[in-house]
Amino acid sequence: MVIEKRWKTWVFFYIPLAVFVVGTLFPFYWMLITAIRPDAELYRSWRAATNTPFWTLQPTLEHFRDLMAKTTFPRWLWNTFFIAVASTLISLFCGLLAGYALARLRFPMAGTLGTSIFVTYLVPPTLLFIPLADIIRNFQLGNTPWALILTYPTFLIPFCTWLLMGYFKTIPKELEECARIDGATRFGAMTRIIFPIAVPGILSAGIFAFTLSWNEFIYALVFLSSPERKTVPVGVVSELIRGDIYFWGQLMAGALLGSIPVALVYSFFVEYYVTGLTGSVKG
Amino acid sequence: MKKTIAGGAGSAAGFEVALPHPRTSQPAPALTRFLENEGLLAAVLLAPTVLLLSLFIAYPFVMGVWLSLSSTSVGNPGEFVGLRNFVKAWNDSIFRTAFGNTFFYTFWATVFKLVLGMWLALLLNRHFRGKRLVRASMLLPFIVPTVLSTFAWRWMFDPTFSVLNWLLYQGGLITTKLPFLSDGTYGLWCAIVVNTWRGMPFFAITLLAGLQTISPDLHEAASLDGANGWHRFWHVTWPLLKPVTLVVVVFSVIQTFSDFQLIYVLTGGGPANATHLLATYAYQIGVATGLLGEGAAISLFMLPVLFVVVWVQLRYLRRLEGA
Repeated sequence: MVIEKRWKTWVFFYIPLAVFVVGTLFPFYWMLITAIRPDAELYRSWRAATNTPFWTLQPTLEHFRDLMAKTTFPRWLWNTFFIAVASTLISLFCGLLAGYALARLRFPMAGTLGTSIFVTYLVPPTLLFIPLADIIRNFQLGNTPWALILTYPTFLIPFCTWLLMGYFKTIPKELEECARIDGATRFGAMTRIIFPIAVPGILSAGIFAFTLSWNEFIYALVFLSSPERKTVPVGVVSELIRGDIYFWGQLMAGALLGSIPVALVYSFFVEYYVTGLTGSVKG
Repeated sequence: MKKTIAGGAGSAAGFEVALPHPRTSQPAPALTRFLENEGLLAAVLLAPTVLLLSLFIAYPFVMGVWLSLSSTSVGNPGEFVGLRNFVKAWNDSIFRTAFGNTFFYTFWATVFKLVLGMWLALLLNRHFRGKRLVRASMLLPFIVPTVLSTFAWRWMFDPTFSVLNWLLYQGGLITTKLPFLSDGTYGLWCAIVVNTWRGMPFFAITLLAGLQTISPDLHEAASLDGANGWHRFWHVTWPLLKPVTLVVVVFSVIQTFSDFQLIYVLTGGGPANATHLLATYAYQIGVATGLLGEGAAISLFMLPVLFVVVWVQLRYLRRLEGA
C-alpha cells in the first residue's frame, strides 16, 4: 500500500471528494427546498436582508397538494410507468432471444447482423424523430401510448441484445451440451438451462432499460398531444408552465415526484444498474 | 462435438436413439424438430428484433433521407427538390450558429466530463467509509430524468432569483447579477455545465470499473521504483485505461452531439436563437414550424459526424476481436 501524509490525504482526497458530493447533490437539495417553500418566500428579492435561501422556516406541502389535485400529474405518473414497463418487457423479450442467437448459434450473416444491431444502438433518436413522427401518424398511432411502447424498443433492444450477448458468452457451452445429451431440445436447453442462469444479466438490462424509457423525452414530446396522455417529463415541461409564468414550487414538486420512482428502483438495484451501465459500453 | 449434434434434425434424432432415454421413444413434435436446425432457430429468435428495428429505425431513416430531399410540410405531400433544403440550411445564419454551437458544446462538455469523471473515478477507487453510499449517490444525476433535473438548474440560473448569483454576491465575487441564461455565450456555457454535471457520473462509474481491473501490484511496483502519484497515473493507469476511455468517449460524443432535451428546457434555443443545437433547431423547423423536409435535412447534418464516430468505434472493436 502506498502510504501518504495526513494533510495530503485531506488536500488530495477528502476535500475534492466533498466538493464532488456537494456539487452533485446540490441541485436535488435545491429541488426539495423549493418544493416545500411557501410562494411568499420563493419570490423575494435576492438582496433582501431576510433572505434565507438554504432553508425555510415555514415548510409547506401546498405545492404537492396543488400538483396532485389541480393538474393531471398522477395520470402522467401512471402513463410513464405503464409505457416504461411495457417497452422494457418487449425489449427484454427481443433482446434475450436475439442475444442468445448472436452469442451461441452459427448461421450465415451472424457477423453482419450483430454489427448492424450494434450500429442501431448508436443511432440517436434526434436523428429520426421527424420521419418517425410521420410514420407514427400513418400507422394511426399518434397520441396513443403505443406510439412510445413500440418506438422506445428501438434504442432499448440494441442495448439489451448487446448486454445479454456479452452475458451469454460468459456461460460455459458445456452446460448446454450436457442438457442436450440428456435429451433436451435446442430450444429447451435455451429456455430451461441458459435463461435461468442469465437472470442477473436480464435484471441489469431490465433496470437500465426501465430508467432509459422513464427518462425519454423527444419521442414523447413529438408523438403525444393531449395533456392526459403525456408522460411526466413532457407533462412537466408543457403543462406546468402557463403562458410565460413558471410556477416554480409546483415545477420542483413535480420534478421531485417524477424522479423518485426511478431513483427508488435504482437504489434497490444499484449493483445491477452499475453492471448494466458498464456492460453497456464494454459489450 | 457441437458440429455432430448440430448436423440437422435427422442426425440429431439418430444420436438420441442410441441413448437409452425414455423421452426419445416419443416422436418429437414438428415445431421442436424445426427448431433443432441452428439456422432456422436463429431466424426465429432474431425475427422480432429485426422486424422492430427495420420498421422503426431503417424505414424512418430511408424516409428521413427522402423527406430531406423534398419540400414536404404538414398537410402538403411535397415534391422532389434535390439538395435545396441542405443549401438553404447552410445559407441560414441561425443554422450556422447551431452548427457551430453543436461542435463547441460537444467538445467542451466531453473534455470536462472526461477530466472530472476520471478524477472522480480515481477518488472512488480508494477505500473509505461510506464508499458504497457515495458511489450510489454520485450516479443520481444520470438516473433522474434529464428534463426534470434541468428544470432545477434553470431555477438556479433564474434571472431574478438565482441562488448562484446570491452565493457569488454574498461571497463578494460579483457586484451585479450574471446574465446566466439571458446572454447567448453565458447560456451555452451554462448548458455545458449542466451537461457535464449530468454526464460525469457515467464517465466516473465506467472508468471506475476499468480501474478496478488494474492490479494494485503494478502500482506497488511503480512506487518502489520511485514513481510519484502523477507518474503512476500517467505510465501505469492511463495506458491500461485507454480502451475503456475510448469507448466511453464515443458514447458520450454521440449523446452530446445529438442532445436535445437539455437545451430545450434550459434556454429553448434562445435568447435570439443563440444557443440552438442541431437537434433543437431541427425540432423548431420540422415540428414547431411544420417544415418537415427542411427539419429532416437539418437533423441529417448530424450524420457525417456520427458516421465517423461509429466507424472509429467499429474499427476499434474489430481490432479488439482480432487481438
